[in-house]
Formats: sequence, structure tokens, C-alpha cells
Amino acid sequence: MLRAMFSKTGDAVWISHLDLMRLFQRAFKRAGLPLTHSQGFNPRPSVSIALPLSVGVESHCELLDFQLDGVEVPVEELRERLNEKLIPGIRVLSVYDDGMKLKELGLLRCEVVMEYDRPVPEGAGESVRALFGRDQLLVEKKGKNGVTEQDILPMIRSLSVEASGDAIRFQAVVCCQDPSLNPMQLVAAVERYLPELSPVYKKVSRMELFDKNGQPFR
Amino acid sequence: MTQLLNRILPLVQKPARYTGGEYNEIKKDLADVRVRVAFCFPDTYEIGMSNVGMRILYGVMNQMDGVWCERVFAPWGDMEEQMRQHDLPLWALESRGPVKDFDMIAFTIGYEMSYSNILNMLRLAGIPLRSSERQGLHNMVFAGGVCAYNPEPLADFIDFFCLGEGEEITPEVLDLYDRAKAEGWTKEAFLLAVSKIDGVYVPSFYRHEYAEDGTLEAVVPLVDVPAVITKRVVEDLDRAYWPTKMIVPSTEIVHDRANLEVFRGCIRGCRFCQAGFSCRPVRRKSADVLFRQAKETLEDSGNNEITLSSLSTSDYRELKELTDRLIPYCAQSKINLSVPSLRADNFSRELMEKLQTVRKSGLTFAPEAGTQRLRDVINKNLTEDEILTTCANAFSGGWNNVKLYFMLGLPTETDEDVLGIAELVYKVIKTWKEHAVNKKRGLRVHVATAYFVPKPHTPFQWEKQITPEEYLRRCKLLKDHFYSRSIEYDYHAPDLSRLEAVMARGDRRLGEVILAAVENGAKLDGWDEYFRYDLWLDAFRSCGVDMDRYTTRGYSDDEILPWDHIDVGVSRGFLLRERDRAYEAQITPDCRHGCAGCGANKLLKEVSCDA
Repeated sequence: MLRAMFSKTGDAVWISHLDLMRLFQRAFKRAGLPLTHSQGFNPRPSVSIALPLSVGVESHCELLDFQLDGVEVPVEELRERLNEKLIPGIRVLSVYDDGMKLKELGLLRCEVVMEYDRPVPEGAGESVRALFGRDQLLVEKKGKNGVTEQDILPMIRSLSVEASGDAIRFQAVVCCQDPSLNPMQLVAAVERYLPELSPVYKKVSRMELFDKNGQPFR
Repeated sequence: MTQLLNRILPLVQKPARYTGGEYNEIKKDLADVRVRVAFCFPDTYEIGMSNVGMRILYGVMNQMDGVWCERVFAPWGDMEEQMRQHDLPLWALESRGPVKDFDMIAFTIGYEMSYSNILNMLRLAGIPLRSSERQGLHNMVFAGGVCAYNPEPLADFIDFFCLGEGEEITPEVLDLYDRAKAEGWTKEAFLLAVSKIDGVYVPSFYRHEYAEDGTLEAVVPLVDVPAVITKRVVEDLDRAYWPTKMIVPSTEIVHDRANLEVFRGCIRGCRFCQAGFSCRPVRRKSADVLFRQAKETLEDSGNNEITLSSLSTSDYRELKELTDRLIPYCAQSKINLSVPSLRADNFSRELMEKLQTVRKSGLTFAPEAGTQRLRDVINKNLTEDEILTTCANAFSGGWNNVKLYFMLGLPTETDEDVLGIAELVYKVIKTWKEHAVNKKRGLRVHVATAYFVPKPHTPFQWEKQITPEEYLRRCKLLKDHFYSRSIEYDYHAPDLSRLEAVMARGDRRLGEVILAAVENGAKLDGWDEYFRYDLWLDAFRSCGVDMDRYTTRGYSDDEILPWDHIDVGVSRGFLLRERDRAYEAQITPDCRHGCAGCGANKLLKEVSCDA
């Protein structure tokens, strides 16, 4: 099994998870790199992407697992050949064959930007920091069984808040597997408890993955 | 600050269809561009990107030096709402530039029910809708596609139409515009010059006069323009441009695969079918060229499916040579080869079995009519025997799913013909009972009936459409005769087909109606989610236009038809002859059994008709 770490930025962030799988299947084919296929009635090339990314979210650390069918290509060449056949916004950063087990994946460093039509009011940074300094922070979560409330604080390992110009920025390390916190929930907390600071636009970026002990995950 | 479009994208469904950036999208430096063309498809991205004509002309235009053709699609309702709320004008995908900045605005029109989208897209772009309200060369609006064969309902809005196949005429038109722009011509001077290009129709140069009873009395050329405009055809398809570097959408579209057109025209002559007559004459493409193009397209796009398309692929002369090469290539590269619209002949049956090795698709028949008599009337040369034999083979091969498509309201149809559909369906069920290998899984017969819409340039162009009430009565009659639980019967409400019939055979008086409907909010009429019949009825009422004039009235054969000045190659005499044969339930054998003399071969100079 080979693993590619890739970024998804720019206009490509609007491509859905399923469409992205299809896009990679075609990129492999264009690059002349045959993939192994699933068995069964309707064989499909087997590629899998860990931690599906929400539409609109940017990432610099996506993982794609795949297996080549009957050919061996040096990993650096694989990276180059794929990048030649991909679209703007999707870039393979590295390819390797000794990736860690996905179940060891635990933490994600992310950036969240909340944008406003006017300069951020004075004291906004303090209010937001105070919000995340509470003992408990219940935020609504939409799941299969309807809307439930969850306390997001235990899933935030570190958080810094910076308010300047017309934006408030979070730098955070959050849990991303068992349990996982969607970084968008940081914004949801602000919208719920500090409605006057509800942004006109919010942008989330995945920056870096770690294992459960905080060591870089690859 | 994040730009406006990006701020809106999280709020709409399937945002990837609004951003461009796909593989093989063509970008140019505006500094090198003299003519910017906004190529508009009057429906959503998913439909438009599946359109082969658009793919061809996108390539043709972008091959030209100094021309940049970009794509524009109709936004879905949620996006339209956001655009209006934020004053965001319609943009083109490649540059994200507003459509109103473009020199030329091209529409390809293949479906009458997209007329409201054309006006709505112009409105969303902030461009005046009427041709007479647009001054100068900027925002020159032109259109082509099969609906241009009766362009009159859109005559008020489109500056000029290009009739027929676009590979050759489009560069001629763009070259002329390039020159006009460089030399600062007036709009009138350009339109007069462009009207000299074969196949170009400038509606504002013709006056339509109506008699007191409302019939069209005369079409009067106002300047020196041809009285009849003849469509353009490409003679040598082997040498014609074909896009082997196709844009590969990053989001799923309706026909998400490579598409290879194997020939043009049709030898069959089903009397209701507009494409069958208006796409004549038949022109071949060689299996060698097709195989090379298939391979290039597949390698370049990375698609895992390819379709061989045409009006009737079984009639492609070199189908065996082509599939003998394509099937092994596709099997080896794990590519699914699909060959739709196969007829029920022996070779096609064999081919279907071979294709199965890659993937098994469904079994679909379009007998169109329930009795042999009525099938002879419409010249649909598919016999009950052929249907049942193919079904028997398929059922013994494990299929247990059949789709059957019919029309109601065909000329001369009686209740006996309607009930003939039920009988045919029961014979299919009986065949399944005799041949099915696995009866436990049960049989599904999906039956659908459509409301017959008479189309221009067919032998039925003069026919009356039955009333919506009568259509519904026939649907109910049929439904009451379906007893088996295996049958799933679908029929559409008649509203859309009635409106389609009006537009298909409409004249210039419909311009006001379309405008009124769009102003009241009509859009995306081809989509159940958005079609609002009441808006259209209001528009007809407020403009004082009677829908029945274009539907149940029919046209008499001594009347001038709104599309009589458009020549698609097939002669009026031939259409009248075919109509008479229809009334006598006389079939006309396909063109390979002898030329029926339709007249379309007159369009060819270098080659002869390959029927």
C-alpha cells in the first residue's frame, strides 16, 4: 500500500469527497499508473482518502491510500507524474510506502479565520479567549440521530486567538479521530455565545496531522 | 477579504459547478485576446457539460488565434437567489469575468423548454434582452443548435442564428467579428455582412406579416438577404475537428464519460423524429479515425467509460471493425464501452453479449406505438417479433428488467392502438415467464408514455396535437388495462409537452410571451422543481396569445409555416409525400434499401450521401 499526502486549496476546495476520489482515479489513469481494482460485479479502482474533508475546507495534509497494479514506480516519480495530470489546487506533496496505521491518527492542527465586513471591535479577542476559557462549551452537533449538544473543550488540545484588522484567527490543535471535532465548531461556539461576533465568512484549513501522542503522522 | 463568489459558494448546492478549474480547461492571457466569446448553455453545468456540440465548438473557437471562448451555464435556483441578493452578475467559468464584458454571447439551444433560461441568463448578466435594445458590436448575441431550425420564438432576442453544424461557420463568423471590431463597424453593418455567410439568419432583416385570421401571410426580406437560409453541414467528418482533449469535470455530470460520435445523419426516417430528418444527409467517419480518437480521448482524459453515439449506432457501417478493436482495448484498460441506441438486429444482439463482458446495462426499447399499424404510420420499423426475440434472449441471459417507451397522441391513433401497448407489455411478461432463468427475482417492466409533440421539418409538422384532456384520457385507459404487479407505469403531466409544442412550432408572436413569463419568474422549465405552468398560462393570457393556435389547431398545407424560410436539406415535397404514406400506414424502407429522395444530398458537394 502506498500513501500520498496532498493539499487541496483554491477552487479545488469546492470538490466533494466522492468527486475527489473520481478525480484521483482519472488522474492515475491519465498518468499511466494502473490501480488495483475492487472485486465484484462492477470493479472500481481502489483509492481511499482518510478523514473525508468537508466541502469548502482547505487542507495541506490530506492522505490518499492506493495500490498500483503490477507496476513499480519510484515514489518521487509517482509524485511528479501525478502532479502533471492533476488540476490546479490539488498537489501531491509526497508519496511514501511506509505510512503509519490510520488508527494511530489522533490530532489535527488547523487554522480557522472568521472574516467581517468591518474592523473587528476592540476587545473581541479577549471575549473569544474568555469564551474558550470556560469550564464547559456546549455546541450543537448535527448527527445521524438529529441535533445533539456536545462539550467541545475536551477535544481542543491547544488554542490561540488573534484579532486584527477585519478578521479573528484561531490556531488550534483538535482531536480528529475517536472522538473528532470539526474545526467549524469553534466558529459555531462563537456564533452561539457571542452572536455579535458572527462572521460574514469563515474559512477552515487543515495544516498538519499528529498521532495520539502528538508526534507527526505520516 | 475573500471575494464575493467564494463567500457565496458555501451556501449553495454543488458549488464545484460554479468555479471552473477542471482538467483541460482553456485559459488565455487577455492581452492576447481580441474576441471574447461567452459560450452559454441554457441549462445547468451537469447538462451542458454532457453536450457534445458544446465540447466541439469550445475547442473550435479556442483553436483560433485571438479568440478566447469561455463557458457559462444557468445557475441553479439557490445560486440565482444569492446572485440577486448580492448583486453578483453572471460570470464565465474560465476567467470569472462578468458575461457583460464579453464581445460575443453564444447560445447553443437543443431544447425548446430552455428558452426561458436564455432570457434569464441574459438578465442575470445584466444585458438588455431585446436585440433592438443592444447597440453597437459589444454583447452581440448569436445562437445555434437544433432549435435554431425554427428560430422565430427567439427572433426578438437573438441578433443572428447559425444554422446547422458549427465547425466551419463559427470561425467564419468570429473572423468577421474580429475584423468588424478592429475597424469599428456599426452593429447594422456587421449584421448585414454576417448575413452573407451561408447558414446565417438575421431575424431583424425580415418582416413577418400576419393575415386577419392570424396565419402567417408573408416573410418579407427588408434588405438584400437570402429568402431562404440553408443549414451548414460538414462534409468530411474524418478531417473535421474532434475534441480529444476534453474538459474533465471535477464534479459528476449527467453523462460523465468520453463520447465519440460515429457518424452523422440517420437512415431510418421515423416520421415523428426531428433529428432524423434535420440531421441529414448521412456522413461517415472511418473506423480508423474513430479508434485513434477514442484512444487519444481516453488516454488524455483518464475516463473509465466511453460511449459510441449517433442517432442509430447499429446503422454505423463499420461498427464491427470499430468494436472489434475497441472491445479488447477497453477490456485491457478496464474501460467500460457503452453503445446506446442499438437496434434489435442479430449483429447488435451479438455485440450486446460481447459488451456484457465489461458491464451489463439495462434493456430498453422505444417501440413508440402499441400496434404494428401505428408503428407503420410513424415508420418506426421495429416489429413485435424483434422485441420479443430480444427479450427472450435477454431473459434467458439473466436480465429481468425492461424499459419500454411509447408516445400517445400520434397521428391516426385510436383506442385500439392505445390498448395495443398493454397487449405488447403482456407479451413481454409472458416471454419472461417462458424464458427467465431466475424467476425468484421477479420481473420489472417499466412503461413510460410521452405526449406527442409535432416538430418542424418532419412529415408531422402540420399535425394537430391532441388536447391535454384527451391525452390524459388515453393514459387512464392504458393504466386501467395494466393488471400485473410487474408493471411500473409512468406518464408525465401534459403541461410541459403542450408548452413544448407551442414553442416548437411557434412564431414571432411568442417573443412577448417568453419575455412576460421570464419577468414573472419562469426559469429551468425542464426541471420539475422549477417548472411553473401557471406563470406561462398567465403570460399567454396577458399577451393575448392562444396556445391552441400552435397545438390543437394544426397547420394547413397551404399555409406559410414560420420555419418555411429555413432549409435543413429535406424538401417540403418529400415531407408531404411521407405524410401521405403515413396516413396510408405505408412504411418507407430505410435509405440503404434505396434512396427515398429526401433531398438532403443537395447539401453535399465533395462527397455523396453515405446512407
